[in-house]
Amino acid sequence: MTTALSATGLGKQYGRRWALADCTVDVPEGRVVGLVGPNGAGKTTLLNLAVGMVRPTTGTIEVLGHAPSDRAEQLGRVGFVAQDTPAYSGLSIADHLHLGRWLNPRWDDDLAKRRIDQLGLDPSQRAGKLSGGQRAQLALTMAIAKRPELLVLDEPVASLDPLARREFLQLLMEAIAEDNLSIILSSHLVGDLERVCDYLIVLASSRVQVAGDVEELLSTHRRLIGPRRDPRSLPTDQQVIEEDHTDVQSTFVVRCDGPIHDPAWTVEQLNLEDLVLAYMGRARHGEDANHQRLSVLG
Amino acid sequence: MIHFHLDSRSGVPPYQQIVHQVRHAIQLGLLKEGQQLPTVKEASGHLAINPNTVLKAYKELEHAGLAASRPGIGTFVTKSLSDASIAAQGPLRHDLERWLVKARRAGLDNESIEALFQETFRSFSAEGVA
Repeated sequence: MTTALSATGLGKQYGRRWALADCTVDVPEGRVVGLVGPNGAGKTTLLNLAVGMVRPTTGTIEVLGHAPSDRAEQLGRVGFVAQDTPAYSGLSIADHLHLGRWLNPRWDDDLAKRRIDQLGLDPSQRAGKLSGGQRAQLALTMAIAKRPELLVLDEPVASLDPLARREFLQLLMEAIAEDNLSIILSSHLVGDLERVCDYLIVLASSRVQVAGDVEELLSTHRRLIGPRRDPRSLPTDQQVIEEDHTDVQSTFVVRCDGPIHDPAWTVEQLNLEDLVLAYMGRARHGEDANHQRLSVLG
Repeated sequence: MIHFHLDSRSGVPPYQQIVHQVRHAIQLGLLKEGQQLPTVKEASGHLAINPNTVLKAYKELEHAGLAASRPGIGTFVTKSLSDASIAAQGPLRHDLERWLVKARRAGLDNESIEALFQETFRSFSAEGVA
């Protein structure tokens, strides 16, 4: 089976700083992948590596079974909307579509025109005069009309107001229902992606914290609340992601495939946001611990 | 045709909310046999949710014998509420309202009423299965 994106030991270094380190993921085709993490976690770096805009320092990456490259054939298979949904401000919407038609062998002009019409946009209007939401819709229309097999969107809704955000996601979901393409979209807010993505990658501190099918992740993670307890006394199949203790009570977020039998626990389901926060929290604690070790050494 | 809506704070997975809304519409007689449900594209566009979520809901409805998909056309309701059961709903609702008045007089608040109903219903259904 080909994967939409497959990375092994992937890393990218800028100067002394690793923007992304030791990233190994396999994303199946036909999924809507949410790439979530705080600002500066390495999301943009991973996406830029996927579309071939930057080259890896270590490791390998394949997109739709091939190394990202600037060959026309591979470029045609991948659509990319960069952060802040750029457009050529001096060109009209019609000019953009014209450009798309000339640059993309699989360009679907009917689809592009239909979408612009649906959005109620005037084709003669210059992109520089569009609102943020309209420009985002234009960028998405361009990316969809080139008929890619994989669509990569970097923080597409971050700068949009709630209504524009909803309209953008509506257009995106209609496109998937029609075309069954793979999508990777990043956001620092999981709430934006909760209803749209069915696969999740949490990136924090330049590393992949967890990746997997959303339903599977939700069914294997639980919050346990009960009397204070040493995490080392938990069964070995319960991997502790997050822990919090008072003098009498312990709260754990654990990953565990089987049911929780211990009657001492109150067991709660997690939602996607809880899950992401637990992994982000763990990544931050890991950083703090490293930092403390270093300062002790120094 | 009905429109779906999602309550993001309910904690109920979106696909279950869709299943529930179709069942509810059938039970209330809003949807009848042969009527079409929103297409997957319409529903996922309208709600801005993953099309697979809608597909999953429709598969569950098919599995329950409430809907059937015709490839390339859409998904259609295959079951109506029988006229007899529509007719029975009025008097039953009346009985229930009388019971609710009694419960309120006995000092039960909304939460207690709901809890009592659900608990009784659960044990009643369990006996029915056994």
